[in-house]
Amino acid sequence: MELFKNQKDLKMDVLKEVGNIGAGNAATALSQLLNKPIDMAVPKVQLLGFEEIAEKVGGAEEVVFAVFLRVEGDAPGNLFFILSPDAARSLLSRIAGISEVSDEELNEMELSALNEIGNILAGSYLSSLADFTSLSMYPTVPALAMDMAGAILSYGLLQFGQMGDDALLIDTTFLEGQNEIEGQFFLIPDPESFPKIFNSLGVPFE
Amino acid sequence: MIEEQSVIKVGMADLNVGSYDKVIRTTGLGSCVGLTLYDPGKKLGGMAHVMLPSSEIAREGKLNIAKFADTAIPELLSRLLNLGAIRNRIVAKMAGGSQMFAFAGGNDTMRIGPRNVESCKRALENLNIPLLAEDTGGSYGRTIEIACSTGLLYIRSVQKGIKEL
Repeated sequence: MELFKNQKDLKMDVLKEVGNIGAGNAATALSQLLNKPIDMAVPKVQLLGFEEIAEKVGGAEEVVFAVFLRVEGDAPGNLFFILSPDAARSLLSRIAGISEVSDEELNEMELSALNEIGNILAGSYLSSLADFTSLSMYPTVPALAMDMAGAILSYGLLQFGQMGDDALLIDTTFLEGQNEIEGQFFLIPDPESFPKIFNSLGVPFE
Repeated sequence: MIEEQSVIKVGMADLNVGSYDKVIRTTGLGSCVGLTLYDPGKKLGGMAHVMLPSSEIAREGKLNIAKFADTAIPELLSRLLNLGAIRNRIVAKMAGGSQMFAFAGGNDTMRIGPRNVESCKRALENLNIPLLAEDTGGSYGRTIEIACSTGLLYIRSVQKGIKEL
C-alpha cells in the first residue's frame, strides 16, 4: 500500500518528529516518576504488514502488558504503551511502592496502578502532540490487558484494515541505562488523520 | 503442541489449506476469528484468520478476500473443494472474537470481536455448513491449530491453558 504519493522521506521525518515529541514528554514524565534518567531510542516510522507489527514486540504470541487508548478528536488513532511482564513488575515495585510483586498474576491493585502509570505516560504523549500540532486529541479511558501481543495489537489495526494489509506505525522505545528496554509506545494514526497532521505542521499532503 | 515442520502458518487476514499429517495454525487471535473447515473423509482442513466482519466497509483498491468474514469463508470452501473435499461432508469450528478492551460507552469498533463472530456464523449459514463447535468471546487472546489428521481444534490462551474442540 502506498500511503504518501509525494515527498515520502520528508513526511516520514515529520512523523518521526511527532513520535519524538510525544514520547520525549512521556519519557520525562516517566523519569520523574522513577526519579532517574530515562533515555529514548530514535523513533522508527514504518509502514508494516500486520504480522510484522507484532514481531516488533517479540511475535504474536509473546505475552505483554499493554495500556491501550483510543485517540479521538481532530486526528484519531490508536496509542499503545507496551511493557514486558518483567518491565511491568519492575515499574510497579519502583513507582507504586509495591515491594513484593509476585511472579504470579498481578492482583487488582497492581493492575490498576499499572493502568494509571500507562495513563499518565500516554496522557503526556498525547498532550505534547496536541500542543505541537495544535490539533485537538483526547484519549478515551485507558484499558489494560496482559495477553498475546498479536491479540492486543490487532485492535490498533482495524482502521488500516479497511484499506489495506499494512499500517503505519510510529514506534518509540524507552531505555534505561545501556539497552534495557523499559517500554514501547506505538502510535498508529487512522489513515484519515495523516492529511490533518501534515497540514497542521505546514507540510502539504499532496 | 506439534513439531514445526508439519505446521502451515496462517497470518492475520490470511487463509490456507492442508491435508493428512499437516497442522494449520494461527497465532494471537484477539478480536479476529479463526475459522476452520474440515472434511473428515478426505482429512482435508482449512483455516481463515478473519479480521473484519464485512467486505462492504473495505476501501482498498485490491480486496484481500481473506480479511473479511463474508468473502474469506466462501474462498476457503472453494480452496478445499479444489483439493477434492466433498461439499456435504464439510464441517466448521471457530475460535476467537474476543473483546480484549472494554471501554465505557463501547463504540462499534470496540465490539468488533462479537461482530466478527456473528458475521462468520451468517456466512456459514448461507453456505449451509454446520458449525460443530466454537470457543468465542471472552476477553483474552487465543492461538489455535487444527490437526488435519483428526479435525481436532486445539486452542491455547495465556490464562486458560489448552482446550480441545
